[in-house]
Amino acid sequence: MTTETHWDVAPGERPTIPASEQEASSGFLVYTIGLLLAVILTVTSFWVANTSVIWAPGVPAGLAVLAIAQMGVHLVFFLHITTGPDSTNNVLALAFGVLIVFLVLAGSLVIMANLNENMMGHSELMNLQMPR
Amino acid sequence: MNVAVEMDAVRHGELLDISEAGPAPKRIIAGFGFWIFLLSDIVMFSALFAAYAVLAKASAGGLTGGQLFDQRNVAIETALLLLSSYSCGMMSLAINSQRYLATFLGAAVTFLLGSAFLALELNEFQGMIALGATPQRSAFLSAFFALVGSHGLHVTVGLAWLVLMMVQLSLRGFQDVVVRRLHCFSLFWHALDIIWVLIFTVVYLMGVLP
Repeated sequence: MTTETHWDVAPGERPTIPASEQEASSGFLVYTIGLLLAVILTVTSFWVANTSVIWAPGVPAGLAVLAIAQMGVHLVFFLHITTGPDSTNNVLALAFGVLIVFLVLAGSLVIMANLNENMMGHSELMNLQMPR
Repeated sequence: MNVAVEMDAVRHGELLDISEAGPAPKRIIAGFGFWIFLLSDIVMFSALFAAYAVLAKASAGGLTGGQLFDQRNVAIETALLLLSSYSCGMMSLAINSQRYLATFLGAAVTFLLGSAFLALELNEFQGMIALGATPQRSAFLSAFFALVGSHGLHVTVGLAWLVLMMVQLSLRGFQDVVVRRLHCFSLFWHALDIIWVLIFTVVYLMGVLP
């Protein structure tokens, strides 16, 4: 998809370096950097979840930030979603996907938390059923 | 007026006109279509995540996440899946330069790491069920098995697909069709890793917090 960044060159035009060699060496570097970053982020999130150094109520937020960062690393280094001109459609589709995911997650959580809060307790319910 | 002309010249230098470039190659169109499928799959997972997040505390007096999850096991699973994603990347580099041996090697490593992941996950499920933590025990466990189980199902499908692609590659060689399908496979495999990142964060790390 995006490994072929120069598909829109003029016909008959050839790069001076053979495309396969050029891609192989830079591609290897990209995947290795991605792996290193992902390992660092994973180790950090396991550490954050188990340490007592960090203020406990801040841990979930920290984990969320680390997870989002790692998803970004995967998207850029493994799936090669870049801002290049031939990747515009992919980025737009991704943005729409993220919007839907956000709506589903945030919507469900807000609605269910609200319902839970407004739900009557067990004793209150008993009082309603047996008014005196 | 002058500025506009200059801007136009710059744009021409960078990129051909849409009308001159012609239609995008089939490889890019196929990749885009598969990308749309992956996004719809991620939307499906977001519904499972929402269900899990709502029901995470509804353990109905049974075993909770803190008692069931083993972080060492999860760390090994994460490492296996991450490394298999890396070897899948190495495989797609080998495909780009059309090297048979490197492609088969990358596929074999990816397959072994993926099946080791699957074996560990099934082992974990078995251990949980042996403790009485079955999907029908509580809403929390239903949501857990639905979410993690459907990720495991995706991994299983991915492994079967990989075997199929290796058979096709050995029969047909690096034909355009085969190369396109292999690229779609690597997109699928990397997307599964992205979903696993969310699973280990939301289910296994946040679920254990007091």
